[in-house]
This record gives sequence, structure tokens and C-alpha cells, in this order.
Amino acid sequence: MAVQPIIQIRGLVNRFGTQVVHDGLDLDMNPGEILGVVGGSGSGKSVLLHTILGLRQATAGSVRIHGKDITSMDRAQMLDIQQRWGVLFQSGALFSSLSVLDNIQLSMKEYTRMAAATREGLANLKLQMVGLPLSAGSKFPAELSGGMVKRAALARALALDPPLLFLDEPTSGLDPISASEFDELIAYLRNNLKFSVFMITHDLDSLFNICDRIAVLVDKRMVVGTLDEILANTHPWIQRYFHGARSRAALGVKE
Amino acid sequence: MTYLHVHKSAEGIRVEVTGDWTIANAAGLEAELDTLPLQLDIPVCFQPGQLTQLDLTGAWLLWRKVKELQDQGQQAELANFDSKHFKFLDDLPEPQEELEGHHLPGLRAGLAGIGRFAIREKEQNAAALAFLGRIFSSLVRVAPHPHRWRFKDIAHHTYATGIQAIPIVALIAFLISIVLAYQGADQLARFGAKIYTVNLVAISVLREMGVLLTAIMVAGRSGSAFAAQIGFMKINEEVNALSTMGFDPYEILVIPRIVALVIVLPLLTLLADLMGMVGAGFLSVYMLDLSMTQFFHRAIDSIGLNTFLVGIVKAPVFAFLIGFIGTMRGMQVSGSAESVGQQTTNAVVQSIFLVIMADALFSVVFSWIGF
Repeated sequence: MAVQPIIQIRGLVNRFGTQVVHDGLDLDMNPGEILGVVGGSGSGKSVLLHTILGLRQATAGSVRIHGKDITSMDRAQMLDIQQRWGVLFQSGALFSSLSVLDNIQLSMKEYTRMAAATREGLANLKLQMVGLPLSAGSKFPAELSGGMVKRAALARALALDPPLLFLDEPTSGLDPISASEFDELIAYLRNNLKFSVFMITHDLDSLFNICDRIAVLVDKRMVVGTLDEILANTHPWIQRYFHGARSRAALGVKE
Repeated sequence: MTYLHVHKSAEGIRVEVTGDWTIANAAGLEAELDTLPLQLDIPVCFQPGQLTQLDLTGAWLLWRKVKELQDQGQQAELANFDSKHFKFLDDLPEPQEELEGHHLPGLRAGLAGIGRFAIREKEQNAAALAFLGRIFSSLVRVAPHPHRWRFKDIAHHTYATGIQAIPIVALIAFLISIVLAYQGADQLARFGAKIYTVNLVAISVLREMGVLLTAIMVAGRSGSAFAAQIGFMKINEEVNALSTMGFDPYEILVIPRIVALVIVLPLLTLLADLMGMVGAGFLSVYMLDLSMTQFFHRAIDSIGLNTFLVGIVKAPVFAFLIGFIGTMRGMQVSGSAESVGQQTTNAVVQSIFLVIMADALFSVVFSWIGF
């Protein structure tokens, strides 16, 4: 028996005026996998993410998360889903008026009734998990470097131990060393904590090294497969994306 | 107990862990862990019972409890859990450094706060002085070269800070003269000197109210806008971009704004004075039962050219103060959106404060020289 997909999208259509971004898009994401989502600039990756996250109403189609359709959900059901996912935005989106520790504790404070000391202990644990020094907790986002912002934002996304994690270009703006460390961190956490990762990325190294499957957004639909399947795909855009000079270099590193 | 079941036996205490050990139940889990009936000399072993869910928070609470017991010298262990969470927690690297904790006790903290405040004030005054210096050095550098005066920018800011402020400035001047006339007429009527209301309104609007209210209005409208605009450019690294392209940010961002305000504020003051007089005339005719002619005679008798000049000479000075504080606060923005808000507030509060301070100084000086 097939396991129930953690995200299941059927017949998704997104339209801005006359411009059609998604046209009958289907996607299944299995629990526990790291799914890398790629697509050209303007192909609608962000629109897709926003639709899944409920930030945008789809023109047509259904988006099921944990088996429930988020397009026809009341507030309480949505809140339940929202507490079971974590989102890492591209620029971190840490609240600039809160310290890192308070950023991590924000949803814990709102949704659980832990003692303050326990909550702080947990928040420190998250800092430790993402490889930040404890002294970073009292800092404000403006005082952090780019790599630290990403790690702090990951710690915040993991605050409620979500089974589902969305990452929007997690390694963009990082140097190659920080980027591959960040990849390793995500893979390590996933292997130990068994959450699923939906990752939009342009980083070929991430795609080749840590993604279990790759979803390519071409012609307003998804082409999904393992790395080898995607490499064997004959679609011209996919061919150019995965067989360009940069891609060959990244593959070479892997082999 | 719902989540922990205690079984005592000869070898020690066996604790069965059951139920949903997730962050949603954290408060309950913690309470049960804290109230476990344990004895220091009896070994304890935690084992999974009907454990339906275990997330990292649940695992951490249990793991921390065991560590705590071990630190107290008790034999404690976790047995037969098939979750990777405990190994993950064991494998976590030690925290790289300790929390910096220099919390001073009450009185000393207060004293340290005063000290920090004093040092910050001193630094801010030095920074303000340095900013003033940079404005003048840029001015001196630009002044001999008319092609670098940036007329386009000045015109833009003149429009935004001046033309667009006309309706509100005119309305406020008109209303304030009506307020003054009402208050004055009531009091003066008691001495049978109701006619002097015209003097009261004309003199106070021309000498003080016209320029002061216009300056406060402009500080609120444009001082804050300057701080927010430049502050955002600072965060967006536009200011750095200008510098690296060889431009002087002061020449491009600061000087045109200040020059525009220095041009605009006297003109707005003139408008406010006019509207104030219109308001006074309006009131005289409808409230004091004077004819237009009588009002004009009265007004011209009571004011001279210097009544008007006393007001208008203050305008460029106020304009400079507002522009200076607004642009400086913008340049002092650093890091985050929070900082933009803070510096914008500072810009408005301080420029209004300085305008009123300067007004008080002017009053003292003018009364010395009998102007």
C-alpha cells in the first residue's frame, strides 16, 4: 500500500489576468523525503510555494497537506496545519525587533504552555542544533551575518518540531563552504528527526547531494523524478539546466 | 499520571513512558517529570510503554531529566527506545560558548545606565557636530560650481515639502487666528477693549504663531520624510552605492533637501501670515462688527514692517534645523526596519524641540535689541 503523500497537489491552476502560471499542475511529496524544486526565473516557483502555504488563493485545483485540502479549510484547521510546518524564507524574515531567542520562542509562547525556563532551554537546544553559539541568542537579526541569519531562521522554523519544512532558496547568498555546510545540516537533521523538506533551490550542489527527488517546473507543470530520471529526461529546458557547464561541474564534484 | 507509569521492583524503579510525547503536551509532560516519586539510592530506568508519538521536544524533556538525575548521582537510564532522537541529542556538539551574563544588581545597574546614557549623549553631540561639519564642507565644495547645485533635486524637494504643504499650512494658520481671536475678544471685551483683538491677532500671528506652527507642521511632514527616505536608502545600501561610485552622499542627499527647506519655509510662513490676517479679518467682520475699512486701519496701525520681519527671519533658521536633524537621523539609521522607525521619531521630536528652543532664544535676543 502506498503511503499517504504529505503534500498532494491536483490540477492546480494559477492565473494572473490572462497570464497562466500553473496549468493543471500535479505533485506528490512523500513523507520523510527532501524534494528539490527547480524552475526558471518567473516559472512560478514562488507562486507555487505561496499557494501551498495558503498565502495565495489558487484559481483552481486542490492542495492537500497531511491529507487535508487547505483550499477549503476553516481557521482552526488551518491553524493546526500551520503549527505542523516550518518555513524558512529566502531572506530569513527574522523579526527585526526581537532577539534571535525571542524569534525562536515566539510560536512556542503562543501555542504551548511550557514554563519559561523550559522554553528557553528548548530554544537554546534549537540554536545548538543549527550550529549557532548560545551567545547568538541574545543578538538581534541586524547584528548577524548572512549565514547566521539563515541558521537562526532555520532554528525558528524548527521551533515546534514540525514534520514538514519549507525552504525557499536556503543556500542563496551563502559562500560555497557555508552553503554545503547548510546542506549537510539539513540532511543531518532530516535523517535524525525524520521531517520532510520541500526545498526551492537553484543550487545544483544541493540538488545533487541532498535531494531525494527533484521536481522541475516546466511548461506550467511538474516533472518529478530521482536525479537519474531527471538527467535522462529529454525536455530541452531540463537538458540545458542539468547538462550545462555549471551542472557538469557540480556532477563532477559528486562523482 | 497519563504519560508516566511507575513500577517498583526489587532491582529498582521502572518508568513506562506512554502517550503523545510532543511539544503540544510539553507543559503536562514537564509537570509529570517534575513530580516523579524517586529516591536517590534506587536506580531508575525509563522504558517505552504505549508510546504513540515522540518528537524532539518530548525526547529532550526526557533526556534532560535523565541527565539531571545522573548529575545528582542517581543511577538513571533510557532503555529500549527505538527513536534516533536520543542519540541525536547525545551527539550534539557542546555549546561553543557560555551565555554572556554580566547582570549587575539593582543600584549598580542604575548607575551604569546613567553612565551609558551620558556617554551616548556625548557621542551623539559629537556626531551631530561632525555631521554639521560635513554639511558645510560639502556646501563649500559645491558652492563655486553652479553646475553641481542639483537644481532638479532641489526643485523636487521644494515641490514635495512646499507646494504639497500649502493646503494644510494655510488651513492651520487660518484656524489658529480664529482661535486667538475668540479667546482674545472674550477677555478684552471685559475692559471694553474689544477692538484691540485685531492688534492681538495680527501681532501674535506675524511675530510668532505663523512661523512657529508652519515650522512644526513642516518638521512633522518633511523632517520625518527625510529621515525615512534616507534611512531606507541606508539599509538598502544605496548610500554606500553612491559613495563607491565616487559621489558625495551629502552633496546628493543632504544638501538639496536642506536647501529646499530653507527656500520653502519662509514662503510657507508668508502664506501662513497672509492666511492668519485673512482669518483675523473674517473674524473682525463677523464677530467684532467692524467694517473691512476699520479692520484695515486697525491692523495697519498696530503692525509695522518689523512685526512681519521678526517672524520671517526666523524661518530660514528653523528650516535649517529641521533639515539638518531630519537628514542626520536618516544617515544614522543602521541595520533594520526598527531603526528607521526609531530615527524617524527622533527626527520629528528633536527638530520640533530645537525649533522651539531657537524660538525662545530669538525672543530673548529680540527683546534685548528692542526689535
